[in-house]
Amino acid sequence: MKATRTRAVRGRATRTRAIRTGGGISVRFDVRAAVVVAILVVAALLASVVLIGTGDFDIPTADVIRTLLGNGDAGQEFIINDLRLPRVVVGLLVGASLGLAGALFQSIARNPLGSPDVLGIGQGSTAGALLMIVIFQGSATEVAGGALVGGLVTGAAMYLLAWKQGVHGYRLVLVGIGVNAFAVAVNGYLLTKADLVDAARAVVWMTGSLNGRDWEQVWPLLTLCAVLLPLVIAHARPLRMLEMGDDTAYTLGVPVERTRIVLMGSAVLLTAAATAAAGPVSFVALTAPQLARRLTRSPGPNLLPAMCMGATLLIVADWASQRVFGADQLPVGVVTGVLGGVYLLWLLVTERKAGRI
Amino acid sequence: MNRLIADDVTIGYDQRVIAEKLSVEIPDNSFTVIVGPNACGKSTLLRALSRMLKPSAGRVLLDGQAIQSMPAKKVARTLGLLPQSSIAPDGITVGDLVARGRYPHQGLLRQWSGDDERIVRESMESTGVAELADRYVDELSGGQRQRVWIAMALAQQTPLLLLDEPTTFLDIQHQLDVLDLCADLHEEQGRTLVAVLHDLNHAARYATHLIALRDGEVLAEGPPREIVTAELVRETFGIRCQVIEDPETGTPLVVPAARKARVDA
Repeated sequence: MKATRTRAVRGRATRTRAIRTGGGISVRFDVRAAVVVAILVVAALLASVVLIGTGDFDIPTADVIRTLLGNGDAGQEFIINDLRLPRVVVGLLVGASLGLAGALFQSIARNPLGSPDVLGIGQGSTAGALLMIVIFQGSATEVAGGALVGGLVTGAAMYLLAWKQGVHGYRLVLVGIGVNAFAVAVNGYLLTKADLVDAARAVVWMTGSLNGRDWEQVWPLLTLCAVLLPLVIAHARPLRMLEMGDDTAYTLGVPVERTRIVLMGSAVLLTAAATAAAGPVSFVALTAPQLARRLTRSPGPNLLPAMCMGATLLIVADWASQRVFGADQLPVGVVTGVLGGVYLLWLLVTERKAGRI
Repeated sequence: MNRLIADDVTIGYDQRVIAEKLSVEIPDNSFTVIVGPNACGKSTLLRALSRMLKPSAGRVLLDGQAIQSMPAKKVARTLGLLPQSSIAPDGITVGDLVARGRYPHQGLLRQWSGDDERIVRESMESTGVAELADRYVDELSGGQRQRVWIAMALAQQTPLLLLDEPTTFLDIQHQLDVLDLCADLHEEQGRTLVAVLHDLNHAARYATHLIALRDGEVLAEGPPREIVTAELVRETFGIRCQVIEDPETGTPLVVPAARKARVDA
């Protein structure tokens, strides 16, 4: 008879470090997560520089950096600062927002499928945008506004429908999938009602791309991120407690429902704003948190790593959509799906052998 | 006055009332055990006592204050609860999980003090899970896992600790382990414990104060030796039995009547 060998899998003994000051202040952080965040930030910035140099008119990396630092020639300055930089900044912000929103939603739903694109926030935003395009023939700003409002209304509806003495994981996911199906139907209906010109415009918007984004899209998104990020970070510790179940979090003194409302509200705002800026970019919110989590190998929502992963993923995908697949033929959302999806599958397959996250 | 009191509370979910005008006092420094048939309101009472469920009438007093109006973190530093079901996040180690019990004592600028570290270590030592600190929670046995959750509740360092069916799903050895641990916490550390238990004989052995609940009403309360009688068991659970002296401990031992005699009752 073959003897079965069992081996206890040990976690990392020194997972966290604490810094303490004489004044009783102490800060604790996960070393590996901090390294992952640092690497992802560097990767996102490097990819951004490469992306700025990429286009109909390639610019050497050295020139890109020189121009970004304010020492470039006038021609390159125009291309870089006015045309390409805002597109890249929008890409970074959209990716970061989606990554963060995805991590928040997945943690609140306690389910990796509970990401805002699966739960219909993206489709809700699309419904708002299509409504502005098809019914009101609105301007670009009005379409963005429509997307924002659409996402917020969808998020609010989802919360109210899922609420039953608090919002719980499975309920949220099921209600979200229902809301998503409803929004898809509304969008299909709006498209059939549209005349040819509007329909073409709607389809372009729905592919989710960063083409032609300028500083006008940057400022609102940047402001929103600057306001929401500190709010989310301040609630990161209660969120980690929530992952142990409402009862346990409650007995530890976490204001359960308030934390959930604040964080869900933030995640819906981030998703809606990102969709308003770049259209519905699929898959980033779903994959970025999962990828980040597997890199940090840390339990908990991994908010900052997911955010940085989202930004990196989107920029690399945008570069790939221009460089690998040729010009702007392919919407960035498709490439994020291919890149993120394949990477996630690879991780899942290899982790099955390791038997651990 | 005792530290934890339910004063004339009406509790339930939505429109369904579980208990009406229920008054219970938890004697300080006692190991109180609540027993009663399924759906008698044991867990509901525990939830109300721990501020998780708001009574529709009456109030729960903690140190003389209405518990609902106290700040959540302040309550969490005085009273801990081990719920029936908790979720261990994927990939969390025992040490990390126990450390989360320190949450009510921490803040944005006080995330991990030397005290936190010491108390987490002590909590793991007193529950016998110190050597498991670096293991993943999801690969532990049921008994080990329950000890880890108790260690987390201990790390919260509350003078009052409520446990909702802490021995469910455990085999007899691990049940006794957990109860021994509770008795130690009560005797050696002077904590006030309130546990919901299903096994009457365990309750009679370990409790210093027993509360028998049926249909949201207290039928009897007091030291097990004084209140556990065949009459009380029949009233509470609707079964005929003999109550004899436990040959090991001298506490009341409930022996249900044989099937035929029970059916006749």
